[in-house]
Amino acid sequence: MRYIEPHAHMVSRVTDDYVKMTLAGCAAVCEPAFWAGFDRSSADGFYDYFCQLTEHEPKRAAKFGLPHFSWLCINPKESEDVKLAEEVIALIPKFLDRPNVLGIGEIGLNKNSRNELRVLEMHVDLAARHNQLILVHTPHLEDKLKGTRLIVDVLKADKRIQPGRVIIDHVEEHTVKLVLDSGMWAGMTLYPESKCSPPRAVDMVEVYGDERVWMNCACDWGVSDPLAVPKTALEMKKRGHSPDTIDRLVFGNPAKFLGQCAKFKI
Amino acid sequence: MTQPQVLDLYFMDARSKLIDLAAFLDRVERATGEDDFRIKAFREALKALSAHGPEKAKQVLLVFSDPTTDPIPAATTKAASGAWPGNVE
Repeated sequence: MRYIEPHAHMVSRVTDDYVKMTLAGCAAVCEPAFWAGFDRSSADGFYDYFCQLTEHEPKRAAKFGLPHFSWLCINPKESEDVKLAEEVIALIPKFLDRPNVLGIGEIGLNKNSRNELRVLEMHVDLAARHNQLILVHTPHLEDKLKGTRLIVDVLKADKRIQPGRVIIDHVEEHTVKLVLDSGMWAGMTLYPESKCSPPRAVDMVEVYGDERVWMNCACDWGVSDPLAVPKTALEMKKRGHSPDTIDRLVFGNPAKFLGQCAKFKI
Repeated sequence: MTQPQVLDLYFMDARSKLIDLAAFLDRVERATGEDDFRIKAFREALKALSAHGPEKAKQVLLVFSDPTTDPIPAATTKAASGAWPGNVE
């Protein structure tokens, strides 16, 4: 089996995870910028982080023959401080030409505040001005429905944004249709406790189809599983889905979306 | 899949989770203190499980969700609690 891991925070993972993912058939890993678990005190911290995502982490993955790609932004959890966000967003253009950068992400909302929304709009403008793909984080738990609605409204309001070049991640049963109906892609994040389990993800694929859908593990420093995507492929196999169907979902679909950036070559 | 195939694959797992839910409720009820918005929302969500009709997972998620549409003035925390207080309080 082959698969693409389109959303994994590998800077938080041990090297053994690269070994396991490669053994499981991972053909490429993509790493959006995210919250480190603590607030960075200045834009300089983000500069170093962007260097880590675009210089160091690709080298670590390459030791296992694994292509590593990244997305850049200031995560919504740090977007309440608009001045800091402005400083970080000003740093991003100088990194966009780096060979493993695919676009702007994971932007979005966390608590659905006015400042988060303003910073989301700033990121969307940045992506539009530089013709970048967009990867969107939707809020957690009780905030997801409202946040997803607000995010879709922001993206639809900016006529420079092509829906097919946006993926809205962490969908669940109450948001997946809203995202797919908008013409954007939907990401299903496979987590042990929150977000979506492998059986629920396969349920959504069976109900809503496998067009414009990908699955990811979003493994990070919290409770998460870097092998969640191949485990979901096994779940599909148990239900009798064909090898072609499984391959399309875990390899073909992410390759199709990510391939809209010319730098994504595997 | 046929219903027997679904049951063959998932019944034991679902049975186990159902007993875990029952034990969780027993644990909450043995504990001292008042019900907060989370357990009230949880009890509301349980009603969705017994209802006839499709999209039970979606209905459960909606019970826990903030249904409002305006952004909040400012984020005072980063964390989510799993239930929206306004739905039950």
